[in-house]
Amino acid sequence: MIITSGLTLFGIGFGAAAILGVASKLLYVKEDPRIAQVEDLLPGANCGGCGYPGCSGCAAAIVAGTTSASTCIVADGDAISAIAAIMGQEVLDREPELAIRDCTGGTRADTAFHYEGVLDCRAAHQLYGGNKECPEGCLGLGSCVRACPFNAIEMGPNHLPIINPELCKACGNCVEACPRGVIHVAGMSARLLHLNQTTDCLAPCRQRCPAQINIPKYIEQIKAGDYDGAVMTIKERNPLLVTCGRVCPRPCETECRRQHVDSPVGINMLKRFVADRELHSGSRLSVPCAKETGKRVAVIGGGPAGLSCAYFLRRLGHSPTIFDAMPALGGQTRYGIPEYRLPKADLDWEIEGILSLGIEAKLNTRFGRDFTLESLKNEGYDAVFIGIGAWQASGMYAEGEDLDGVMGGIEFLTAHALGQKPATGNKVIVVGGGNTAIDAARTCVRLGAEVTLMYRRTRNEMPADVEEIDGAEDEGVQFKFLAAPARVIGDANGKATHLEYYEMELGEPDDSGRRRPVKKEGSEQRMEASLIIPAIGQKPDLTCLYENGDPENCPLETTRWKTIVADPNTFQTAIPGVFTAGDVFTGPDLVVSAIGDGRKAARSIHYHMTQGSVPVSETTQKTMIPYTLFDEVDLVKQKERGVMPHLCHGNEQTCTFHEVEGPLNEAQALAEADRCLRCGLLCYDKDMGPDTKTAEPTKRTR
Amino acid sequence: MQEYFLLFISAIFVNNIVLAQYLGNCPFIGTSKNTGVAVGMGSAVVFVMVMATGLTWLVQDKLLVPLGLGYLQTLAFILVIAALVQFVEMFLKKMIPPLYKSLGIFLPLITTNCAVMGVALIVQREEFGLFKSMMFAMASGLGFMLALVLLAGIRERLAVRRLPVAMRGTPIGLIMAGLMSLAFFAFKGMI
Ligand code: SF4
Ligand code: SF4
Repeated sequence: MIITSGLTLFGIGFGAAAILGVASKLLYVKEDPRIAQVEDLLPGANCGGCGYPGCSGCAAAIVAGTTSASTCIVADGDAISAIAAIMGQEVLDREPELAIRDCTGGTRADTAFHYEGVLDCRAAHQLYGGNKECPEGCLGLGSCVRACPFNAIEMGPNHLPIINPELCKACGNCVEACPRGVIHVAGMSARLLHLNQTTDCLAPCRQRCPAQINIPKYIEQIKAGDYDGAVMTIKERNPLLVTCGRVCPRPCETECRRQHVDSPVGINMLKRFVADRELHSGSRLSVPCAKETGKRVAVIGGGPAGLSCAYFLRRLGHSPTIFDAMPALGGQTRYGIPEYRLPKADLDWEIEGILSLGIEAKLNTRFGRDFTLESLKNEGYDAVFIGIGAWQASGMYAEGEDLDGVMGGIEFLTAHALGQKPATGNKVIVVGGGNTAIDAARTCVRLGAEVTLMYRRTRNEMPADVEEIDGAEDEGVQFKFLAAPARVIGDANGKATHLEYYEMELGEPDDSGRRRPVKKEGSEQRMEASLIIPAIGQKPDLTCLYENGDPENCPLETTRWKTIVADPNTFQTAIPGVFTAGDVFTGPDLVVSAIGDGRKAARSIHYHMTQGSVPVSETTQKTMIPYTLFDEVDLVKQKERGVMPHLCHGNEQTCTFHEVEGPLNEAQALAEADRCLRCGLLCYDKDMGPDTKTAEPTKRTR
Repeated sequence: MQEYFLLFISAIFVNNIVLAQYLGNCPFIGTSKNTGVAVGMGSAVVFVMVMATGLTWLVQDKLLVPLGLGYLQTLAFILVIAALVQFVEMFLKKMIPPLYKSLGIFLPLITTNCAVMGVALIVQREEFGLFKSMMFAMASGLGFMLALVLLAGIRERLAVRRLPVAMRGTPIGLIMAGLMSLAFFAFKGMI
């Protein structure tokens, strides 16, 4: 019986095998042998990360040409090269990508973590919208952790996911798992091209920064002692950090949430601290650039907008050439800002770093004289960026202002920076209330003159930085408020000797909200002057654009403020492929605005050259997000704001052109970084005292 | 005629192979996420079920019974069905590539489908003749396909609904299968 059974089963098996054997000969289908070869090179993990059903599916797709040799997310470089060799393909380096978490957590994740029962971010998000407070932030339940096939994410102590860059393969599973879009996968180029979105977690400071620097992140890095990391975070948005660290008027600090507790965090001091560390370290951190694309861009103007645009284009893999009319790059950061605020050597160092990425600079080459848009096109440039700044001083509209001895603020500062030693005499009158006026006044003080600054409103209305005004006062600049120039009086040689001025009083507020100064009739008085410097305003000089000096022949549309018209979202002018940004587009503005807009223009140029059109998202953040602005910030202990050391004390002997302010030392910087509340949209770090657990966070918004 | 009609109706509705007999649950849950896939899997099952039932009937009747080896039924059927599926796969790949492509990964899956085996064994237990067995196999296959397509339709809709995550995917699939099974019990009164 056993033998019969055995034989029968064996017989059936044998019969089936024989039939299959014959069938496999007869029904043989020729399969591409490369599939088996490729499959051998894949790890055999069948993880599905490639999007195909297992490694054999992936191999078949690679051979069918429907996907690339590098599709497998687990295979290492050698395997990929071997697969590419089988397929007759070439392996190009792909930019490394990494998952990034943008959410700063704060109290939000803590509250969210108490959800129990349906322990999943998506469930919480779908059933209850997740946490009731923040519409964007992390729910802290860790679905991303479970979604990651490579164990690259773990839940940190604050119930925020921490991504391990060593293990992350940028497969994007976490991105899909997260219902809040808190995690995204991005490489360097994608990060450089990203514009702040209203759905990003944007601390108030970061919303206000014209360059969109990730301020909370770099402060956090400083706090953790990662100074190089902080420098790289800033350089992802701003290549001129040594400059900005010195001259930026810090609009971000006006929005810093900490001001509702004591005073804003010294954001710019911290930037200067890390920038100066790199500056004095004797070496430069290496800035990565994407693979060469072979696209050439002409950048006209080597000021902050042009430098920033060229820097970002270079990092995106393009080859920019900067054309500048002056003998050195830097634009008004070099010629408009005096040495004592921004030492030329430091500026040189910073610009050298930008050029060393592989940017060509042609100096002493004036647009409109040495080359035109047409000639650039003929030379084969794929796009043009115009960032020629605003170099023309506005007049005082006073009689006699063209006399000898009257010199515009920016002209005076430029002449001084060029070493032309403009004659000041011993009595200088500077007219105006902005930073240029103060710069001119303080420069004249250093040149040994007695300086009076005349301004038509009061000190409270002066647009210049308070520190600058105080500095000028310390150094002996005299102020004459509520006075406006009437006419310039000259001697027989046509040389200005006196300025006649009216006394003013403040009337009704005007459009800008400031009270309008009104002339007191019959109040004319005279003041003696060897040099009169009107520093009332600046406008771009567009003559370079006109053919034969005729404004009628301008190829670009311009405004009555002499700025170029362009799309405010893409910075593209009426001529396709010609972009603009900086003062020539916005009118006189901050250095940091020019830097930010330079990057945005570089982004547009990149898309224009690679895709033909520039994508603009509807959620791009342009104004402050209202619900992120609080009136009160609870449960935070007061801490003294750091003070930058003064290197000069108002004494004429010490007030040389040496720098006036020094950087914080390390201990001060760490203390200042510690003041940062690490804000998110709605959340911020509180001082965790015993009573804070039960207290409700501030929810009032304005 | 009426006998065959009743056999057909009862195999599809009353004794539905998945919903009443609880056979073939893994491919039922596994391939019912999408209607297109469900139709593919259903057709493959119908095809293989009919072939396998016919072949195993012959093996039983012509080989095992004469030799008095009825107790080897299960082992022998496994061998036969596995070899058959392999063969069908090769045949289709060579002869009808479009059909092979559309059945694709489902064919090998059927090797481990207990519904196929189940039908082959049921027809033996019921002592059906060859033709009747194949009719029954076809009807059971159609019943499987019907259940699969219905569940796929439900699950496609559920996939875009708000569901607690713990319920998503297989759990809700099983609950739905249970409810469908209850509904199918109503057919019990038909015959
Ligand atoms: S990052 Fe997203 S998925 Fe991860 S814990 Fe936070 S909310 Fe959940
Ligand atoms: S406390 Fe820190 S994160 Fe918050 S607004 Fe100020 S600098 Fe930005």
